[in-house]
Amino acid sequence: MQKQDLRTWRFVLPVASGLAVALLAGGTICGLSGPAMAQQTQASSDRIWDGLKGDVFGDKAIQDDGGLVRIEAPKRAQDAALVPVDISIDPAKAPDGVKALTLIIDVNPSPVAATFRIGDDAGITHLATRVRVNDYSYLRVIAETPDGALHMNKVFVKASGGCSAPAVKNMDEAQKTMGQMKLREFAGEAGKEPEMQLMIRHPNNSGLQRDPLTQYFIPAHFIQDLSISQGDRPILSMEGGISISEDPNFRFDFKAHGNDEIRVKATDTEGKVFQGHWPLETAGL
Amino acid sequence: MPIDPLRRKLLGGFACAGAGAAILPCCLGRAALAASEGAGMALKPVADGVYALRGADELMSEANDGAIANLGLVVGDEAAAVIDSGGSLVEARAFIAAFEKVTARPVRYLVNTHMHPDHVFGNAAFRALGATIVGHRNLPRALEARGAFYLQNFREQIGDALMKGVEIVPPTLLVDERLELDLGGRVLELRAWKPAHTDNDLTVLDRATRTFFAGDLVFMDSLPTLDGSLLGWLSQMDGLAALDAARAVPGHGPVPADWPAALQPERRYFEALARDLRKAIAGGVPMAEAVKTAGRGERDKWALFDAYNERNATAAFAELEWE
Ligand SMILES: [Zn+2]
Repeated sequence: MQKQDLRTWRFVLPVASGLAVALLAGGTICGLSGPAMAQQTQASSDRIWDGLKGDVFGDKAIQDDGGLVRIEAPKRAQDAALVPVDISIDPAKAPDGVKALTLIIDVNPSPVAATFRIGDDAGITHLATRVRVNDYSYLRVIAETPDGALHMNKVFVKASGGCSAPAVKNMDEAQKTMGQMKLREFAGEAGKEPEMQLMIRHPNNSGLQRDPLTQYFIPAHFIQDLSISQGDRPILSMEGGISISEDPNFRFDFKAHGNDEIRVKATDTEGKVFQGHWPLETAGL
Repeated sequence: MPIDPLRRKLLGGFACAGAGAAILPCCLGRAALAASEGAGMALKPVADGVYALRGADELMSEANDGAIANLGLVVGDEAAAVIDSGGSLVEARAFIAAFEKVTARPVRYLVNTHMHPDHVFGNAAFRALGATIVGHRNLPRALEARGAFYLQNFREQIGDALMKGVEIVPPTLLVDERLELDLGGRVLELRAWKPAHTDNDLTVLDRATRTFFAGDLVFMDSLPTLDGSLLGWLSQMDGLAALDAARAVPGHGPVPADWPAALQPERRYFEALARDLRKAIAGGVPMAEAVKTAGRGERDKWALFDAYNERNATAAFAELEWE
């Protein structure tokens, strides 16, 4: 069985064309007892991406990042369920800012991990989160500038799995504490804007496992819509989110405007809504 | 976004999920000396009617037959119970051949101490013997979530030959809190723990000899791996130490081990790891940086430290951040 055949069932959130969910069906069902699968290489990850990008971005050209955006992750991910990812934007290369960041994990069954939209004057130049990675894969970030141009940077991650499967570690606790939120604010380093870290308790289960006996698929249950604002002014929002790790965690810098409070609203795939608000502390930091 | 279509599509889409596999640092082996070496598969007598098979202090590999966990056998007047089935059918069958030399009693129960492959990949061999498979109430759910991934990943890691016949066989007798198993004139006390090494840790105490099969709630020599809850593990240390046991068979490490002294090394490690991480979290150090240094002071004290410490630190960081 060709590796590529395994990747033809796709669920993607097209970014360029809005929120519609596109499903590309037509693949073969792969049996678990099938032949051994070799792990992905950089070349095979790129091939997956080549087959995928049109579905996500249409026929829009995707340029090399040219230093405008950068994605970092450990070369060897320690825990496949918790791979730290760091995205940074160079303001000198993007004087008008960045509108959206799409995070792609080529080999995951739903490769579009999340799409982030940045508020007009939010001043975000750095965003860190954690993702599940199913196999060796490129992690890609595609930054969309206000002129609509797309800029891509990528990093290859050797995800470790085995004993650390990309699954929720403590399921009862995850269910019990679901919806709790925590916001931390950090003073920026010298000359930099302050940082904010939003943490949400949620199993954020990708549903990407199946019972080998019953062939029954564990339903996905994840935060699919998130908005963070200062007062009514959007700072950061996220759509998608299927490959974000359990207890979604986002850390980013931002430019505060006035003293309005920070508001957060998250909606999961079951329609549950979680909300929180916190006073802006960064003025005092 | 409409939810039902999304889910249906996801479910359909997952027909091919988990297709990838990775070579894992956590189970890449050094040269092995364990089970496969000739008649090396000898049971070690631990107490009257109690035996153990000592696993190698290594990662699972083709060379060691996946035999890295300690397995146990308790023989009663009517029947025997086995504790954990090993990391392959090759290991499981060698284990069966070895204990058939010491007892002719049927294996009535196979107790799985938790979900990890080195403890459950041999299950099919015991199902074939007619044993009832016993596990923590959370074990079926945990195997559902990970089984396909384990089968894919470990094929990469230990090779096709060793994966031959390996199936995820879930338990059919579940333990909510406590359960007694009668082997005829001999009672085993099973206890389900709160999340620690995993969220499905189960232990076995042989009442007659006060031998405690701790599963991976106790690691010695090999660095413990954290796949459940650091705080849960630490908070149950006192409960573990208070057990009326004369000796323990740890999931990994020397057999038998003094009880409760066996707990001391891992307790020291976890406390050091937690201390380092709490300091980093309080100081706003991001996860990716903090995990590089946390727990390093323990490096010289453990085998497999480099394979597991950063992974433990990563999981623990995410947990401790919520304190
Ligand atoms: Zn284990």
